[in-house]
Amino acid sequence: MEKLLGLPPIAAEGGESVDQLIIYVHWLMIALFVGWITYFGLTLFRFRSSRNPRGDYQGVKNHASSYIEVAVAGVEVLLLVFVALPLWRTHAKDFPKKTDSTVIYVVAQQFAWNFRYADKDGEIGRQDMKFVTSDNLFGIDPADTSHKNAVQTLNEVHVPLGKPVIAYMSSKDVIHDFRIIAMRVAQDTIPGMRIPVHFTPTKEGRYQINCAQLCGNGHASMAQGFLVVESPEEFKKWMASKAGAATSFE
Amino acid sequence: MEIPYTVEARPDTGVYNAKLGVWLFLASEVMLFGGLFSAYVLLRVGTPPELWPHGWLNVKLGTLNTVLLASSAITTLLAWAALKVKKFNHYRIYHGLTLLLAVAFLVIKSTEYNDKFHHYEIVQTDGKIADGHLVEKSADFDLVKKTGEVTLHHVRVVEKTEELADLRHAKPPGEGEVKIAAANIKKMQNYGPYHNNYLGIYFTLTILHALHILGGAIVIAFLWGPGSKMWKTEPERFTNRVEVSGLFWHFVDLVWIFLFPVLYLT
Amino acid sequence: MVTKMQSTTHATPHFQADHGHGAHHHDEGFWRTYVFSIDHKVIGIQYGITALAFLLFGFSLMLMMRWQIAHPGISIPLAGPLLEKLLGSVAAKGVMSPDLYNSFGAMHGTIMVFLAVVPLLSGMYGNYLVPLQIGANDMAFPRLNMMSYQFYFIGGIVMFASFFIPGGAAQAGWTSYPPLSEVIPTDGQTYWLIGMVFLITSSLLGSANIIATIVQLRAPGLTWMRLPFFVWSQFVASFLLLLAFPPLEAAGVMQLMDKVTGSSMFLPTGLSVGGKIANVAGGGNPLLWQHLFWFLAHPEVYVLILPALGIVAEVIANNTRKPLWGYKSLVYGSLGLGFMSFIVWAHHMYLTGMGTTIATFFQTTTMIISIPSVIILTCLLMSLWGGSIRFNTPMLFALAFLPMFGIGGLTGLPLGFSASDLHLHDTYYVIAHFHYVVAPGTIFAIFAGIYFWFPKASGRMMNEFWGRVHFWLSFIFMNLIFMPMFAQGLAGMSRRMSDGGVNYSASYFQANGIVAAGGLSNNIMYLNNTILWAAVGLGLAQIPFIINFFYSIFKGPRVTSDNPWQATTLEWQTPTPPGHGNFLTPPSVYRGPYEYSVPGHPVDFIAQDQPDKAKA
Ligand code: HEA
Ligand code: HEA
Ligand code: CUA
Ligand SMILES: [Cu+2]
Repeated sequence: MEKLLGLPPIAAEGGESVDQLIIYVHWLMIALFVGWITYFGLTLFRFRSSRNPRGDYQGVKNHASSYIEVAVAGVEVLLLVFVALPLWRTHAKDFPKKTDSTVIYVVAQQFAWNFRYADKDGEIGRQDMKFVTSDNLFGIDPADTSHKNAVQTLNEVHVPLGKPVIAYMSSKDVIHDFRIIAMRVAQDTIPGMRIPVHFTPTKEGRYQINCAQLCGNGHASMAQGFLVVESPEEFKKWMASKAGAATSFE
Repeated sequence: MEIPYTVEARPDTGVYNAKLGVWLFLASEVMLFGGLFSAYVLLRVGTPPELWPHGWLNVKLGTLNTVLLASSAITTLLAWAALKVKKFNHYRIYHGLTLLLAVAFLVIKSTEYNDKFHHYEIVQTDGKIADGHLVEKSADFDLVKKTGEVTLHHVRVVEKTEELADLRHAKPPGEGEVKIAAANIKKMQNYGPYHNNYLGIYFTLTILHALHILGGAIVIAFLWGPGSKMWKTEPERFTNRVEVSGLFWHFVDLVWIFLFPVLYLT
Repeated sequence: MVTKMQSTTHATPHFQADHGHGAHHHDEGFWRTYVFSIDHKVIGIQYGITALAFLLFGFSLMLMMRWQIAHPGISIPLAGPLLEKLLGSVAAKGVMSPDLYNSFGAMHGTIMVFLAVVPLLSGMYGNYLVPLQIGANDMAFPRLNMMSYQFYFIGGIVMFASFFIPGGAAQAGWTSYPPLSEVIPTDGQTYWLIGMVFLITSSLLGSANIIATIVQLRAPGLTWMRLPFFVWSQFVASFLLLLAFPPLEAAGVMQLMDKVTGSSMFLPTGLSVGGKIANVAGGGNPLLWQHLFWFLAHPEVYVLILPALGIVAEVIANNTRKPLWGYKSLVYGSLGLGFMSFIVWAHHMYLTGMGTTIATFFQTTTMIISIPSVIILTCLLMSLWGGSIRFNTPMLFALAFLPMFGIGGLTGLPLGFSASDLHLHDTYYVIAHFHYVVAPGTIFAIFAGIYFWFPKASGRMMNEFWGRVHFWLSFIFMNLIFMPMFAQGLAGMSRRMSDGGVNYSASYFQANGIVAAGGLSNNIMYLNNTILWAAVGLGLAQIPFIINFFYSIFKGPRVTSDNPWQATTLEWQTPTPPGHGNFLTPPSVYRGPYEYSVPGHPVDFIAQDQPDKAKA
């Protein structure tokens, strides 16, 4: 079924369960549709006017269709309660601890991605959009000097393999959407809001970040962002290579 | 070709066409203002409480306007009742009164708007904020070239804009005039809809409401004047028209009954 | 054109019988009779012609976009130079700039939904058929009816004009999400908002009118449960329009305030666009717009489908020669759909950072709303069993509607779960989902209706052979267009990509030395080409229809009976075409809408206004 649907490869924990739900629903859809269309075809053939010159006033007399309707509703309830809702709970509520994760702050802009790594405590200092300037993209309160040394990058963000990532999404101009297909994450970045997502990469590689929300004339080409998943050692090296990083980040 | 039930009610539904029509229209109006009120709520809860304005509007004028509209609700009702008992002259008086009340409402509303457009918040170069009513701008006043000066009265001078937010219990500003040189002005803005979201939604709601008042007043003026010729030819139908316009008018009054506390009192 | 059409009708005997002193009447005023008419049928036809023109226009925009998707950077054949001439630098060298692509995309959505399909369903069919089917001589408020057409027309002009202003038409999608819609420095969005205010006003007047007409002007004996299902579908759709549009109007007014006066109800504090801090007070809420927009736009999609279901039900009942199966379920199903449609809106907003509680609520309501759709579709399907099915052109379109709507509806389910929507949101999967409902769905229903009621409106039949050609070609090409989009969406291709997503393709990575996992495969990208040519084919497939349509108005074979399809409902019991005032004598109704093949009755249909012979 995965093959049939052509779902792209997964590189994060929990990505399978998203696909699983998609697959379940498609099974339901296909079952319904195939049954439906078979019946449809047979009926059209059997009751064409040349074969059946006069209609039947009563038509179908049994209640089979009601049973099917109830069954459809039943399957939907099952999918909803046992698959969809728990899944969303993991996605939107059950966050890993910040201290066990790579915490990144993301600010999207027309048409690029800015990243800033948090300190060990998972924070970067008090943020407010009113402080945003060209050299303070993340709007960090100048009065809050507790987290000065965090690393900041443009369009490329590295994370270590196997460690959960928490990313806080925001934007400084219009709404974009931070989407990494292989991680099965997607989140609108909304100016004025700061919304976290989390995922745990399970495969090394370089993954493209899609901007999946219309954001202006550069929307289609806002494709320079990449997420690099690498081994913890390489990640450490990369981090160290970023100026000023050594002091604040392990 | 006659369309049925334009005058008499359809027995099984109990209404004539126009009455049903206006009820449907009002249902959609409820959704319109409902949408705006929910926008108000969302904007309000989204603003830090210390920044949401209180006491920025003139409660006395607001109350007066509430009274005017409430009275006009009564006069429209009386106008219709007068037609029901076939007293056309009384109708003329009551609907005339309604019209006057509507005009008075609009006049008061526009003085309130006018007041807002003359009310300035001026951020000075020393960081202090002067907030007051514009008396005049000197002839050579130019913010960009930094020439000239403005004169304000009823001025408050504060350190932070937060201090201007809640004016419910503030003591009234001083009477005297204050002159501020353009050279000392960093930013100057009057209380238009762009000033903050409270004023944004205030203007949106009240302008839309005022347009409804205006529309209603035009209809009433028509029924009072040229439209009343129908009384001679089709009295029933004319009475229905007055009833229907009255339903609309009551709705518009009702909206104000919600607007007044939401914008003026809280 | 309209004149000609009317003068044809004038020649038919019934019309003259109705207006004995016709000639004199005719001289009285061309304007009154055809342009500022208050006759619901003329207004219906006005809506129809205008909206069909917009349908074609909306499609042409998309055709040019599809070329650009398949061949980014390459001049559009034929249309390119014309665009450059008309619009200037945004189409330099005949290539669409991203700005222009975004304009066309936003306007395609807007035009299709608000200027083509709703006016066709509610404006044309609602106006033309509702009074006829309930045995009324006109709408409850004829003058208001004329006004609602005029507002629609003005709205259309404003939208159309916006293409030619500097900077061009709106570019922020038909959804017009702020901040984007407010920070694009052109007036296109302002035009869009003003146009929408006109269109909304038009819809409000129109829908109140339809409801009042149905409630007040039903013929004696026409009880609620004897209404043709089409009338019910119009009734529910009108309520949706009436109650869902005003919040969008509110939002539109607020956005207009933001655009024109500089307020910032939808703009947050500290917005900085293009490196400059936006000069606004801030503090606004971008999501507020989305809530208000979807509060309309979800019910709106049922406005796009319910009357279509109504048309299909009429055509099916007539061509199976048997009553609809489960009429009551159909009625209650539509009412249920109507109610539920007001509380599912946020399923378009799962990715705006929705918490678990709200997500649970909207996922649940979304699943619940699928049930009445299943019921409605099942009833229509069951109606076929035991019929004596005639496969004429209207029936072909109506039958094809069913599986197409099935595909569109079923693919709504994975979108309805927030977790699977995570992968599918804003991809071509969504595009395919809703186009299956509105294009091979609603548009097919519209075609079915045109072929079906054409003889009533014009007194002539459309050509059956060319009708079938139109059907089969449209059917094939529609599927070739939209089926591949599911594959593209599942593979992760985003919508609204002015270059068709090349920047995300594996071949682009390769060509530019980008090392990255994934990337859209060549096969997926190649589908863009398939879709382009299928869309061209779909366009060509409309030529037989357009020719057939106009040819038949003047030269089609005259109908020999007022009721050529041997139908039961009241619109067929009028003179052909009906004159002003519709019925020669006010009809009374004695039975349900679909008394086909009644056992023991010599012919296989009994019209609704035929008195009971047994008792007589
Ligand atoms: C007429 C138009 C129409 C209709 C009817 C629907 C119907 C439905 N839609 Fe769709 N939708 C749109 C038009 C429509 N939609 C549009 C325009 C958008 C995108 C807007 C944009 O972003 O620009 C959209 C987007 C959209 C989304 C947001 C996706 C996203 O942006 O990520 C969602 C999510 O829940 C959704 C869900 C549904 C559901 C659950 C239904 C259900 O009502 C469907 C119910 C139908 C069925 C379940 C099928 C019928 C049953 C059978 C086939 C019978 C088989 C059974 C038996 C034989 C017993 N739609
Ligand atoms: C009712 C709504 C509706 C309808 C019917 C259609 C019909 C079609 N749509 Fe569209 N579409 C939307 C609503 C609709 N669309 C919306 C809301 C969007 C989202 C916009 C956004 O992103 O903001 C969208 C987006 C959209 C996209 C995505 C663009 C992108 O994301 O970049 C595409 C891509 O292929 C597309 C294609 C088509 C095609 C090929 C048709 C075809 O099916 C068209 C078929 C029509 C014809 C072939 C014309 C027939 C004409 C006649 C018969 C005229 C006869 C005339 C006389 C007799 C006078 N549409
Ligand atoms: Cu950024 Cu699209
Ligand atoms: Cu929806």
